[in-house]
Amino acid sequence: MNFSEIADHLNQKLADKFVIKDGLDVLFVQPENLLEVMSFLNSDKSTSFDTLLCITAYDDKILGSAYNLFSLEEKHYIEVRVEVDRDNPIIPTVESIWKAANWHEREAYDLFGIKYEGHSDLRRILLPNDWEGYPLRKDFVTPEFYNGMPVPKDKTDWE
Amino acid sequence: MRKTTEDKRFLKTEEMVLNMGPQHPSTHGVLRLKIWTDGEIVNHIEPHLGYLHRCFEKHCESLTYEQIIPFTDRCDYLASMHMNHGYVLAVEKLLDIELPERTEYVRVIISELQRIASHLMAIGTFSLDVGGITPFTWTFRDRERILDLFETLCGARLLYNYIWIGGLSHDLPKRFLEKTTEFLDYFETQIPEYNQILTGNKIFVERTADVGIITKEVALNYGVSGPNLRASGIDWDLRKNEPYSIYDKFDFDVPLGKGTMGSIGDSWDRYYVRMLEMTESIKILRQAIGSIPSGDVNAARPKKVRPKEGEVYSRYETARGDLGIYILSKGKNMPHRLKMRSPCFCNLSVLNEISADWMISDVITILGSLDIVLGEIDR
Amino acid sequence: MERTLLERFQEDNVVVEKLDNIINWARAGSPWFFQFGLACCAIEMMAAAAPRHDLERFGAMPRATPRQADVMIVAGTVSLKMASRVRRLWEQMAEPRYVISMGSCANSGGPYWQHGYHVLKGVDHVVPVDVYVPGCPPRPEALIEGIIELQNKIKEETPLRKKNKKV
Repeated sequence: MNFSEIADHLNQKLADKFVIKDGLDVLFVQPENLLEVMSFLNSDKSTSFDTLLCITAYDDKILGSAYNLFSLEEKHYIEVRVEVDRDNPIIPTVESIWKAANWHEREAYDLFGIKYEGHSDLRRILLPNDWEGYPLRKDFVTPEFYNGMPVPKDKTDWE
Repeated sequence: MRKTTEDKRFLKTEEMVLNMGPQHPSTHGVLRLKIWTDGEIVNHIEPHLGYLHRCFEKHCESLTYEQIIPFTDRCDYLASMHMNHGYVLAVEKLLDIELPERTEYVRVIISELQRIASHLMAIGTFSLDVGGITPFTWTFRDRERILDLFETLCGARLLYNYIWIGGLSHDLPKRFLEKTTEFLDYFETQIPEYNQILTGNKIFVERTADVGIITKEVALNYGVSGPNLRASGIDWDLRKNEPYSIYDKFDFDVPLGKGTMGSIGDSWDRYYVRMLEMTESIKILRQAIGSIPSGDVNAARPKKVRPKEGEVYSRYETARGDLGIYILSKGKNMPHRLKMRSPCFCNLSVLNEISADWMISDVITILGSLDIVLGEIDR
Repeated sequence: MERTLLERFQEDNVVVEKLDNIINWARAGSPWFFQFGLACCAIEMMAAAAPRHDLERFGAMPRATPRQADVMIVAGTVSLKMASRVRRLWEQMAEPRYVISMGSCANSGGPYWQHGYHVLKGVDHVVPVDVYVPGCPPRPEALIEGIIELQNKIKEETPLRKKNKKV
């Protein structure tokens, strides 16, 4: 099934839980409807998305989280996006549906600061525990020192 | 040995927390494992990552598309041609380029040679972890011959920067295909030697059979891919099921784990699937060398790489699994967001699930059979 | 040209030599290295110890623990999270100890110098370095040249005199 067929099939059951913007093959979902849409996509026989490939967080003046889903039986693919405010980014977790989401959501929290509600163990995974700031946001400023070590490159000897 | 249930002794026991620190000869890189053990038997493992976090995704937001290619090399440094190829395929999808046939054939030849080199390294270090030093020296000797071929091709032994957007950096040198055929003839005589020393070896079998079984449900739920997934019995190879480039023209099989020495999905199966994949790669190489056309490899290289606005998610089968590149582009010559879904990241998350109730030395076996590279996990 | 100690032993039965030089000869002849491979340069360090470019003919044996090692080869990018562990492992080595910084990431931050917020720009911010081996990654032959440079540096020391004592 291609994207429009999946969207039509979804429209019959969950009509106003998602939005499609023209030009993009993406389902946009509000945070409060996310769990319902995801569990339908996972458990329904004709869509049966049993693999979560990747969770990407991005910063496009508003923070967002993109989920790439794939189905091994039907061999089709879909992308779902959730967008939230910069000041209070909270998205419900999909860890109960796919266990692969555990580490991906920790990484999105670590690099962007998006909090996933209901996650069993939300803490930093790549950066040290006492790091301040969320590096991949567009307004991140590199700190001068970290625990006594200089972080930016020392260019005083350059010509 | 698994934990038995008759532990009703009159000793007061406590759980011990053991730290397999970031510097360890067997952790294939800087990985820290915090292990809660009951004596020698493992209860719970918590991997700590991030000791090699090199800010790859932040670099991608300030570099042009062509400048990112050397950085993708350094992510998975044992299979850097695959990283280059996977990234370039994603950008070419955004640009809608049609490649000349000779370029595709050369890319397939290079990728399959890289797959053999990467699997040799995986098998060598796995046997070093388990205790045998001789197979390590043999696999490194044969891998050096492949690195010699790559050195005549592009001048570098480990990090190549050879596959560029829309083509290659330069065409094959003279006599490259003859030297590759000589290497394949030599390598086919070496595979029975590897089978003799490792595959049926009683010590090796006892150390790896039935250890760390990944069942089908666990594999699918955690997103495992690559030889680990095929060793658990699931028939999924991106080169066959969703062919990219010209893989649909070649005739090869996909080896699956059958539980010959133990159960389906144990460490021995993961090792044996890699051995069989090397023979399949030799088949593909011979077919590609026999039918490569002539032509200009750089006929379709664009002068400026400025993709249209939109997003793409492209999948590629590296030596370790399913690499995903997700690019969000705003129409400029630098990507707005580039995310690399690394296969080893998802493969490693399954470690806690499959190593409960095994002993500490079995954890090393399981970690070696998963074949992880920390540069890709931490990016 | 001055003959080496070994050549003089082959000709005479009795050789007279300074104790300094004999101690340096023993230390330089067996630099057991602590394999501190972090990233891509670790693969080239392993390839240098592999059969083709054999490191053991120079006396360099890989050791997994710092307590039994003389030389620490820092091969790969040092991130800020790892830097405190590098310092701690260096302090666990027994004196006389030396450090070889292998690859451009360990020398000065490497290709990640511009936007790397988590990369330490050179391992010499945390440990004192004796020999720098450039390259990205350096060939195994370059690492062997680095070890020979270190051997030459050791042979010029004067361990018995207090003021030039190597720390």
